Amino acid sequence: MATGTHIDNSSRTKGGSAGGSPAPAGGSPALAPLRRLRRHAVVLAGAASLLYLLLPNVVVMLFSFNKPAGRFNYDWRAFSTDAWTDPCGVADMCGSLGLSLQIAVLSTLVATAFGTFAAFALARYRFRGKGTGNALIFLPMAMPEVVMGASLGTLFLNTRVAFGFVTILIAHIMFCLSFVVVAVKARVMSMDPRLEEAARDLYAGPVQTFLRVTLPLAAPGIAAGAMLSFALSFDDFIITQFNAGPSTVTFPMFVWGAAQRGVPVQVNVIGTAMFLIAVAIVLGGQIAAGRRRRQA
Amino acid sequence: MTTTLPASAGASPPPGPAGPADSSGPSDGAGTSARSRRRLTPYWLLLPAGLWLAVFFVAPFFYQASTSVQSGSLEEGFRVTWDFTNYTDALATYAPHFLRSFLYAATATLLCLLIGYPLAYMIAFRAGRWRGLLLVMVIAPFFTSFLIRTLAWKTILSDAGPVVSVLKSVHILDVTSQLGLTGDDRLLATPLAVVCGLTYNFLPFMILPLYSSLERIDLSLHEAARDLYAKPATVFRKVTFPLSLPGVVAGTLLTFIPASGDYINAQLLGSPNTQMVGNAIQKQFLNVLDYPAAAAMSFILMAIILIVVSVYMRKAGTEELV
Repeated sequence: MATGTHIDNSSRTKGGSAGGSPAPAGGSPALAPLRRLRRHAVVLAGAASLLYLLLPNVVVMLFSFNKPAGRFNYDWRAFSTDAWTDPCGVADMCGSLGLSLQIAVLSTLVATAFGTFAAFALARYRFRGKGTGNALIFLPMAMPEVVMGASLGTLFLNTRVAFGFVTILIAHIMFCLSFVVVAVKARVMSMDPRLEEAARDLYAGPVQTFLRVTLPLAAPGIAAGAMLSFALSFDDFIITQFNAGPSTVTFPMFVWGAAQRGVPVQVNVIGTAMFLIAVAIVLGGQIAAGRRRRQA
Repeated sequence: MTTTLPASAGASPPPGPAGPADSSGPSDGAGTSARSRRRLTPYWLLLPAGLWLAVFFVAPFFYQASTSVQSGSLEEGFRVTWDFTNYTDALATYAPHFLRSFLYAATATLLCLLIGYPLAYMIAFRAGRWRGLLLVMVIAPFFTSFLIRTLAWKTILSDAGPVVSVLKSVHILDVTSQLGLTGDDRLLATPLAVVCGLTYNFLPFMILPLYSSLERIDLSLHEAARDLYAKPATVFRKVTFPLSLPGVVAGTLLTFIPASGDYINAQLLGSPNTQMVGNAIQKQFLNVLDYPAAAAMSFILMAIILIVVSVYMRKAGTEELV
């Protein structure tokens, strides 16, 4: 956490020296703005990239206040807050939203628990088969989603499992696991083992050490893994489409269907709300962490 | 993976022998059984996740392998006939789809690198105390559904939209039409729109690994280079970029692999002439219900990706990705 201020300082010295060195070589004052532009080229390019990243979110937000003429919400017609006052005014949309939330919560719980166990095994122990374990965890992240979705779908077809809620849940837990393991493993590997040794030296039992020292230290990694798996599960479309069957419609599947039939403005409302809620949570977490750091 | 072993070995102090302090095992017999139990601990910890992945990730590939050599029809049922025509048919019929997939994915990956590098660099070295906020803004677009954001590009790139009119006024669309990237003075339903969508959707997968490798660079190396009279460009070429290579490799893989299998962008922003192999697999599996064809195609896709990735990783010579 102290690195933040450290970097801050050195970047300031860097800016100073970069400003100093070209000046004697540059010469003519007419070129000064050009030089300044060049020095800030990286910042300008970075800002442009950021705008590119955020542009669709701005459009989604803007068009949540649109009053479209036809079924498709692609052209701006008139300002209206109708969609915001009646977000569930579209048939089936809020039902699919609830289903997505249910699936995301359940698969996050299971994937986070299983993934955390596995991360501790892979980060803390040396054992035969560790390489295989690592590869098994890594592979789902290195596989295109169509391939995973189609092959899991083929398994369910061959074993005559009925497609629906359970098959979606199984698929989501499957692809969330790896991301949880990676997030938790990174955290556990960076933890100082001496803290746990100290706890044991102070006569803490294994359970006490784990609950009072290990778990609180690993918590940020576990939280990151859980958030990631919630976001991935909530947003997944490709794997879900192959494993959902015709009657179970998650929110992304609803949007996909709507893209063919006509996208209601309410979809933009949900998109905007998701964006704002998530940003608020993350910023709140950052502010809280910053305050804790200042108190410490 | 081997490089991590010493670290993790250090992190796992063999708690058994260390312990007169935690003297839970009084007699010798109890001590050894506790030790053997401890030896089994990692396996118990790995069991739930490992079993889940074995049953729902590995086993499906065997089912799919057997499906890919089946023949028959939906009415009469499919039987394993060791008929490899599924593979040859898929290649004959969908060669353009495969070609397009890898071409689009490679272009999008390159664009992601060009667009993502300055941003990752800025956050790592120039952001100061804004760093946390900027990282949030990189991840933030993720929070709105992938599909909703892709539909937003339909609005941005629409024929009457500002992007098309600007590009038209500076005659860029004429050039891209000559190159076959666009046609009829429009962006939607052209290869350019699909590549734009792919680039946008996978950009965070490029930025985050780039950032984490740039952030790890020791800034005294930059100072040393400048002290040795290296120009900023030289510092970048000889110090920063080589040190960020692990991030470049991880980022390009994380963009290229999912992009080559994606069918959402090609479906929503493209036309029948811009369909990728993902679209073909999806159609065979969910609409035509020709499961053997879909299985054969996804095996071919997987094989090509494995070859491309292993060649690339050998060329890039990276050690540790996981």
